[in-house]
Amino acid sequence: MSEEVTAEILTTHILELAGSGKRLDGRGADEYRPISVEPGFVVTADGSGLVRIGDTTAVAGIKLEPGKPFPDTPNAGVLTTNAELVPLSSPIFEPGPPQPGAIEVSRVVDRAIRAAETIDLTRLCVTPGEKSWVCYVDVHILDHGGNLIDASLLAALTALTHTVVPAQRFGIADADFPLEVRHQPVECTFVRLGDAIVVDPTFDEERACQGRITVATDEAGQIVAMQKGLIGAFSPDDVKSVVERAFRHGDRMRAIATGKGA
Amino acid sequence: MGSVGAKEVPVLLSPEGLRIDGRRVDELRAIRIRAGALHHADGSAFVEWGANKVMAAVYGPREVHPRHLQQNTKAVIQCKYNMAAFSVDERKRPGLDRRSQEISKVIAEALESVVFVEEFPRTSIDVYIEVLQANAGTRCAGIVAASVALADAGIPMVDLLPAVAVGKAGGAIVLDLKKEEDNFGEADLPMAIVPQSGRLVLLQMEGHLTREELAQALDLGVAGCRHLHDLMKQALRERYASAPTETAA
Repeated sequence: MSEEVTAEILTTHILELAGSGKRLDGRGADEYRPISVEPGFVVTADGSGLVRIGDTTAVAGIKLEPGKPFPDTPNAGVLTTNAELVPLSSPIFEPGPPQPGAIEVSRVVDRAIRAAETIDLTRLCVTPGEKSWVCYVDVHILDHGGNLIDASLLAALTALTHTVVPAQRFGIADADFPLEVRHQPVECTFVRLGDAIVVDPTFDEERACQGRITVATDEAGQIVAMQKGLIGAFSPDDVKSVVERAFRHGDRMRAIATGKGA
Repeated sequence: MGSVGAKEVPVLLSPEGLRIDGRRVDELRAIRIRAGALHHADGSAFVEWGANKVMAAVYGPREVHPRHLQQNTKAVIQCKYNMAAFSVDERKRPGLDRRSQEISKVIAEALESVVFVEEFPRTSIDVYIEVLQANAGTRCAGIVAASVALADAGIPMVDLLPAVAVGKAGGAIVLDLKKEEDNFGEADLPMAIVPQSGRLVLLQMEGHLTREELAQALDLGVAGCRHLHDLMKQALRERYASAPTETAA
């Protein structure tokens, strides 16, 4: 049977299950797959974190280098976030320039980190207008089991939380110092399956879904970023209800990323 | 959002509750929509919205290029949002950057949420959006232009897609951010709705909002979209009230 046909059958099945409040893997509509984090997974990075959400795996590595501040922000360091969906993560990816899906993950994760003011960029300035730290956040998706946005940001937050600025190595200060993480953005993604809106979609649920929505919250009760994606629609009441759910899951995930929870 | 640089932050809301350009918090900028602005496209529209100028053209349904994107059960909607190098204060390097690619993707998905794509299997509906002059809200102007252009091309769809950015500037929830409010404001939330159902097919957000502010922003945005919807229908009526004549921008 062709891939197209099996996908179609699976989609029908997933939607039928959703109609009776069920999911293919037996989870409830508001239940994440098991989440685990492993800080310091890559020792060559200045900070790193490997995150598993079910069978999705993302690893984030932080690298800091001295560079130049942007002309319009002379007193601030530079932060760049990039996510790569490397070909080994799924049969659907091919080598080549980043596809729109990967770009969207990068930008949605970057938006949350930036809008939440996760890092105080002025602390990364060395000499105003001349020299500042450039902080690279690189996320690699190793295993694509769906919900890449949540896994990528959680990996990035874990990595940032455990980052040491290599000031001594670059002769900028006498000692390395830990990077200060001021806020903890976490993204929670939901998809619509018929009338149900389920959290933490799997790869197959994303393919079957009628719209995806991501909400980024911080620890202070603020919504810092949102993104509706894929084909489908949500009512304003749907949006308000996923925001409440995102706060609830977000607090638990923040505790996991920062090592303060299970 | 607020930039980290030490820049002069303008007063975004006066004590009288007026905005930097004198608008009230729930007021849109002046908008002019012209359906059928190009000669050679199957459908087109030109939108002037405050200081934004955005042209959209639709080609198709036609053969799919590249071929491997073809789908056996439906048309694919391929959208290219592009900003002209001269459309912003500091020259933008031409070509597709990541921002444009992300915007193209979310717009294509919003449009596909309303177009009857299953009517045209194995074809492509190509939507081109050119931002000629930008002053915040270009993706929303792009969706408005694109959906009027789709209607102008005679492509069947559930409804037109009005779109507007709401946000928070000077502490207030405001409709239709202009550039200063986008740059120095506290939050930006572009959205597009299907008027028939009131559902959102595009929603993005960046900045800081509480739950209550978000609820207020959604209400304001929906009201703004309803008004835009009237303007879009009006533009199509003007185009087709009499037999269409050859028009150009």
